[in-house]
Amino acid sequence: MSRTTSTTAKRGNSGRRHPLASVALILVGLITTGGAYAMFTSTAAAETTAVTQTMIEEGEKLFASNCATCHGLDVQGTEAGPSLYGVGAASVDFQVGTGRMPLAASGPQAEQKPVQFTQDQTDAMAAYVASLAPGPAIPSDEYLQGDGDATLGAELFRINCAMCHNVAGAGGALTEGKYAPSLDGVEPVHVYEAMVTGPQNMPVFNDLNISPQEKADIITYLKYLEDNPSPGGFDLGSLGPVSEGLFVWIFGLGAIVAVTVWIAAKSN
Amino acid sequence: MSTTAATSATPETTAPMSKPTPSRGQRFTGAAANYLDERTSISGAVKELGRKVFPDHWSFMLGEVALYSFVVILLTGTFLTFFYDPSMTEVEYEGSYVPLKGLEMSAAMASSLDLSFDIRGGLLMRQVHHWAALLFIAAIGLHMLRVFFTGAFRKPRELNWVIGFVLFILAMAEGFTGYSLPDDLLSGNGLRIIDGMVKAIPLIGTWISWLLFGGEFPGVDVIPRLFVLHILLLPAILIAALGAHLLLLIINKHTQFAGPGRTNDNVVGIPVMPAFAAKAGGFFFVVFGILMLMGAFFTINPIWNYGPYDPSPVSAGTQPDWYIGFADGALRLMPGFDIVFLGYTYAMGVLVPLMVLPVFLGLVMFYPFIEAWITGDKREHHIAERPRNAPVRTAIGAAGVTFYAVLWAAASSDLIATHFFVTIEGTIVTMRWLLFIGPVIAYFLTKRICLGLQKKDREIALHGFESGRIVRLPGGAYIEVHEQLDEYERWKLVSYLDYKPLMIRPDERGRITLAQRARAGLSSWFFEDRIAPVTSTELEREHSNH
Repeated sequence: MSRTTSTTAKRGNSGRRHPLASVALILVGLITTGGAYAMFTSTAAAETTAVTQTMIEEGEKLFASNCATCHGLDVQGTEAGPSLYGVGAASVDFQVGTGRMPLAASGPQAEQKPVQFTQDQTDAMAAYVASLAPGPAIPSDEYLQGDGDATLGAELFRINCAMCHNVAGAGGALTEGKYAPSLDGVEPVHVYEAMVTGPQNMPVFNDLNISPQEKADIITYLKYLEDNPSPGGFDLGSLGPVSEGLFVWIFGLGAIVAVTVWIAAKSN
Repeated sequence: MSTTAATSATPETTAPMSKPTPSRGQRFTGAAANYLDERTSISGAVKELGRKVFPDHWSFMLGEVALYSFVVILLTGTFLTFFYDPSMTEVEYEGSYVPLKGLEMSAAMASSLDLSFDIRGGLLMRQVHHWAALLFIAAIGLHMLRVFFTGAFRKPRELNWVIGFVLFILAMAEGFTGYSLPDDLLSGNGLRIIDGMVKAIPLIGTWISWLLFGGEFPGVDVIPRLFVLHILLLPAILIAALGAHLLLLIINKHTQFAGPGRTNDNVVGIPVMPAFAAKAGGFFFVVFGILMLMGAFFTINPIWNYGPYDPSPVSAGTQPDWYIGFADGALRLMPGFDIVFLGYTYAMGVLVPLMVLPVFLGLVMFYPFIEAWITGDKREHHIAERPRNAPVRTAIGAAGVTFYAVLWAAASSDLIATHFFVTIEGTIVTMRWLLFIGPVIAYFLTKRICLGLQKKDREIALHGFESGRIVRLPGGAYIEVHEQLDEYERWKLVSYLDYKPLMIRPDERGRITLAQRARAGLSSWFFEDRIAPVTSTELEREHSNH
């Protein structure tokens, strides 16, 4: 306390700004940008949730030109693709928003690839599909903040997700060339949507199975993993003992054998 | 050396025969050495050890790497025991790793997490300990391969091979018990597999499992028991076996590669004192340093990701540490089917690997005796053979390595599937075929390559090597000049033992036993295809022609 006052006095004498001035300035700045950001995001959220007739019509056009080849002009499905009645806006947002749809080629499962549509176009198609039959909606932002209970999320993840996605979300193999993808860098909204819609080979985790708050906890855990790099150093892909074994043989023993060759070569 | 230094330092250098006055340090060393020797007679041992000769080929240092890794394991392991609590009492984790905070877990897991996050240097020690363990067993494996492929297990070293093999098994047991101690999800799954394998043993399986776990798996006893095995019983046996291994190494002396002046009756190399000891000491710190770097920069066994053990979840990509991989691979490759006999179910998917792996390991352990019986060779061997000069042994080794490697790779079948974009079923089926075909291919390929290399050696020894110098003869013809090797180089190529298939001879009662027939058959399998070493007569004849 005394130290603060003494520095204040010194600063005051030298004729410079009050030391709290910078703090106050930062505070003002934070409030304005934060407030503006909050306003902006809330309006954006309001826009996405408000489904208008024009959006549905726009979505119908996009659907007809990009999706109907496989899913049928009336969303009824064909031999090449399933019916989309009742899949909900969440499913469209996940499949199109992660680039899995439109499909590049048929294979064991839809591959993630660069996103083909803008968010507005995706929203329009989601609105169109949702307008035909009820289904899971795009989750609201409150579950996507990553501010839930990481411990519970981690436990739920280990019990429900890790057998396919690996404990660290690094992904894993499924049957017949299918696989559970890595969860690194996946948007929270897509994680949530995947849980409610069960894309590809993933089972559906409905709200009775894992409640929305628990889904938010899982997202919190994934966000924790993403924000905090491995405490032990490079994580070698988080693949477990296989990458550790390869590392010790190739780099550990490799380095040591190189040293032995070097030592022996000097003596010759 | 120090004597000459002292001489030049004293002013009386002009007197040629004057004795140098020892410096105070030298006098102290001398007195101390004398004091010790008068009480322990240690000078004999020091003299013997100090003059132990090490050959200077790099491959002779692999065993040292294992030894040094073991020292690092002992040092870091001691640190870990100061803070680790081998108890399965349920506690609430209150440490600083957020995604596990407030979770119920065993005290063993909680203390391992505390070691990782809340004890200064703990994570580094954990990681160095684990990396050193992986390196320890890898170095042992490579060391064994070197000994095998150079025939360094032959008389008089068969016993030391067996002791070394026991060390290898003990190291794996140490590794597995240590891997289980944090009581995390990954190692718990590993223990569950062990439990399943034990329970698959007919009649006694369930009894043994209950004995091991103190009741139904996982119980509350297994971690303390594994801890006692890991830090008390296994290290004690390991150190005793290691002592015997090193003692036999000194008694038998090192092998060496053939070369001028290097015979079956001597060892050419550097004596331990002083240069080699200094080098070896430096090499220890190099190994230590590499392990510290690995521990400092590369995550190993992130138990915080795995979480506490719970029998229900199993993560994708669950594998054992590399040295148990071959056993895991065997389980993955074996098709699962059961036989019901007399009201008991026999799980062949587990029992077949349980029967095959000990046979494989047994063959490795007893190989020196098997080969000695087949060759009928009772001589002592101190010259390390070049692998090409024992084609069948080298081929058998290659087949064994292939068999092991397929099992080993099979343990990561799921990661092979995801990383090489193939199906997991295809991977498994391919590896099942490879397990049988691979060793056969490896055997014939290796044998042919060895024979080819021997032929090449023979050709070079007799006719020299192509010098690349083209000469036009007076008649207009062009020839490439072949240059002869010098004596030293040629010695390496021509000096190896020549074996011939054993002849069947009737014993003193005029009978030919079945064992003899078998032995003759195996012997001709070993030595039928052979390239005889170049004889001196051949050399002379060849050289007089030129």
